[in-house]
Amino acid sequence: MHDSGEVIIPIGPQHPALKEPECFLISLRGEKITAASIKLGYNHRGIEKACESRTYIQDLYLIERICGICSHSHSTCFVQAVEEIAGIEIPGRAKYIRTLIGELERIHSHLLWLGVAGHEIGFDTLLMYTWRDREVVMDILASLTGNRVNYGINTVGGVRRDIKPDHQEKILKAMDLLEERTKYYIELGSSESTLIKRLSKVGMLSRADAKNLGAVGPTARASGIERDVRKDDPYAAYAELDFKVITSDKCDVYGRTLVRLGELMQSFSLVRQVMQKIPSGPITVKTGRKIPSGEAVSRYEAPRGEDFHYVRANGTEMPERVKVRAPTLANIQAVSKMLEDRYLADLPIVIAAIDPCFSCTDRMVTLHDQTRHKKNTFAWETIRRKSISWYRQQGVDFKALNKKMAKLF
Amino acid sequence: MWQDLFNILVFPGGLFLFVFGLAAEFVDRKLYARLQNRAGPPWFQPLADFIKLIAKEDLTPGEADVAVFKLAPILALAASLAAFLYIPAWGKRALFSFNGDVIVVLYLLTLPTLAYFLGGWYSRSVYSMIGAVRSLTQLFAYEVPLFLSILAPAMLADTWNLSEMVSFYSRHPGYCFYNIPGFVVAVIALLGKLEKVPFDIPEAETEIVAGAFTEYGGKLLALLKTAFNIEMVVAASLLAAVFLPFGLDLAPAALGLLYLVRVFFIIAIVAFLRTLFARLRLDQMINFCWKYLAPLALAQVALDLVLKGVLAR
Amino acid sequence: MNWPGKIAQQLIQSLFSKPATLDYPAQRSGMPEGFRGRLKFIPKNCVGCKLCMRDCPSNAIEIIKVGDKRYEAHINLAKCIYCGQCVDSCFKKALEITGEFELAALKPDQLKIIFDAEPENGPQK
Repeated sequence: MHDSGEVIIPIGPQHPALKEPECFLISLRGEKITAASIKLGYNHRGIEKACESRTYIQDLYLIERICGICSHSHSTCFVQAVEEIAGIEIPGRAKYIRTLIGELERIHSHLLWLGVAGHEIGFDTLLMYTWRDREVVMDILASLTGNRVNYGINTVGGVRRDIKPDHQEKILKAMDLLEERTKYYIELGSSESTLIKRLSKVGMLSRADAKNLGAVGPTARASGIERDVRKDDPYAAYAELDFKVITSDKCDVYGRTLVRLGELMQSFSLVRQVMQKIPSGPITVKTGRKIPSGEAVSRYEAPRGEDFHYVRANGTEMPERVKVRAPTLANIQAVSKMLEDRYLADLPIVIAAIDPCFSCTDRMVTLHDQTRHKKNTFAWETIRRKSISWYRQQGVDFKALNKKMAKLF
Repeated sequence: MWQDLFNILVFPGGLFLFVFGLAAEFVDRKLYARLQNRAGPPWFQPLADFIKLIAKEDLTPGEADVAVFKLAPILALAASLAAFLYIPAWGKRALFSFNGDVIVVLYLLTLPTLAYFLGGWYSRSVYSMIGAVRSLTQLFAYEVPLFLSILAPAMLADTWNLSEMVSFYSRHPGYCFYNIPGFVVAVIALLGKLEKVPFDIPEAETEIVAGAFTEYGGKLLALLKTAFNIEMVVAASLLAAVFLPFGLDLAPAALGLLYLVRVFFIIAIVAFLRTLFARLRLDQMINFCWKYLAPLALAQVALDLVLKGVLAR
Repeated sequence: MNWPGKIAQQLIQSLFSKPATLDYPAQRSGMPEGFRGRLKFIPKNCVGCKLCMRDCPSNAIEIIKVGDKRYEAHINLAKCIYCGQCVDSCFKKALEITGEFELAALKPDQLKIIFDAEPENGPQK
């Protein structure tokens, strides 16, 4: 391990800095990082394959549970693709309700990120304050949709629940309160010197690098790239709403913080506009269970960046193929670039700055055989048989395990 | 002899310090929580943690050096307990005192840091080795300002015996106001010694799991935590004795209460500072200590030297 | 130069205000109205179409016929994801969502709930 003073230290899969399992192998010399390599795939659950054996209605709930924080993004993206294949036009009120929940989710996600960033640099007070404010949004979402995360508000053809009149007043009051708190956080972020010292000049990603490595979302917008799916390719009700795309040219973690804080302010204004402009009418359109053949691609601006879904239907009740490309997969390539030549102490905040959601990221894994230069794609059955034989070699007894599982279910 | 044994083991020695350490940890955590708008733990939480840790299994890593691994917490605990014997906590006389015991106390308080380094280094796990090295690096930054700020009032009092120093200041109560810059330096350096935010770099939870203590568990971790608490109480008592020498002529019962008030005041300041800042990076911390803290301590020394000449006339 | 410690004023304010956290389980805040908790089955409305079983994403509900026009429901709380799709799919309004969410149990058998069918002699007139 001690080879000319360089140590390889594993950050992950289990580590207090990471909220989800992922492995970063860091080569250290003293306190400086000389190289970083990333191993993905710890959170692969076979969701894309599981979608193919469930109906579209059941898939909605499965896709929603790809991630807890961007659940509405995945669900809306998927249902937009399905509705495009079937040629369904949803009513205006449903579009506005989807936008409202999407923006409330963005507020909740950015406040969560602020807290996590504070925790990673040892500023637990910021964590406690922002998560206390986040409870306001969670309570509104719970009374609007019925759950604090994984809202389940979408259905093929519209939404399942309507906004009642007394919700409107609660939402507007909450926006006022949160806007005041966010202004305080912006003030704190621009004048608390220990915070600025820890966040500035850390995780630099130049504009050219961001473009080459394919960064999306606030990570790219903090390097000066003005790209936002809500403006470039409007969906739901965004075409009729007025907002700015926040960018910054600081190219470091501090810039990403400022971009997210700016987006919070824009979200408050968007929610107010939605409550003003929402049309009345039905919230859903009757559709059949079978979706005709076709394929569609749908994009959505999740809090972390551009979320991309592809659905292919073949006329039955179940989709033929579903593919999900989460924003973190696009951003994670940039992490090894950002970590070069930095201190170990900066590692948690650099990883946290791209707002990683590894549950979203792990979809399909391709194994490159370095020695034989062949690419292998494993089929479902092959992987299952391989894993059973591997565990048998380790001495795991499946009979006892199967008995226990049968009792549970 | 029985009187001495009682003093060392029970009061104001071992058992008293142990209970006081638990109380101090509770005050620290409750204040930390309340400042963050949370409810905080109940009063018996530190005791419950201690009992739980004692009941857990002790795991020693395979590659570790077992002797040093097990002795390091005991060394830390012994050093903190020994340091308390020379601090005139209440009243003007410590349990034992001799000329030069200021230096002895300061060195005894450095031993826990060395013990943490040894425990971390000989655990032979990557995270604990990095944590151990960091704690020694941090030592070089805060040690000099801490020493200077404690020795400056000693210079004004013209003695290196803690008990005599305290008696000198209680005779001239106004003099302690000249030591306020030293007090500021000492409190900030105390944050470094106790490894609390913004100087908790050796124990940064989000970077290196638990630093030097990653591999400790069970009874050894209970000992380590007790050593931590007692170090906090002893260092706070030292600061209270040197910089807050008020009301030392009252009756013994009132003296005891006053002692508690002074120590909890210092612990409250530490808890407040803990809530206020983010964690600094190691290079930023060393920069800060040598650029701002050390010159301030030197200024305090200079001030006290000048005052010594002026006030002697 | 920016002095550190900007947040000090907020800290002092928090010290003297009521804490934001509750002492659970002594104090409970409950969930807002409309929260999706445990399911409830109304046996007299059920006609046995099993649409709820078709639409359930996790196969948590099972409708079993025990007699003429009498059905009982087996719900597995461990499998249920509390999405409420069965409530939407049932056009006879035989299923309802309550707000109960404190459903932890010590044994797995306690998580399988059976809702009995209507009594033999039909509903009381």
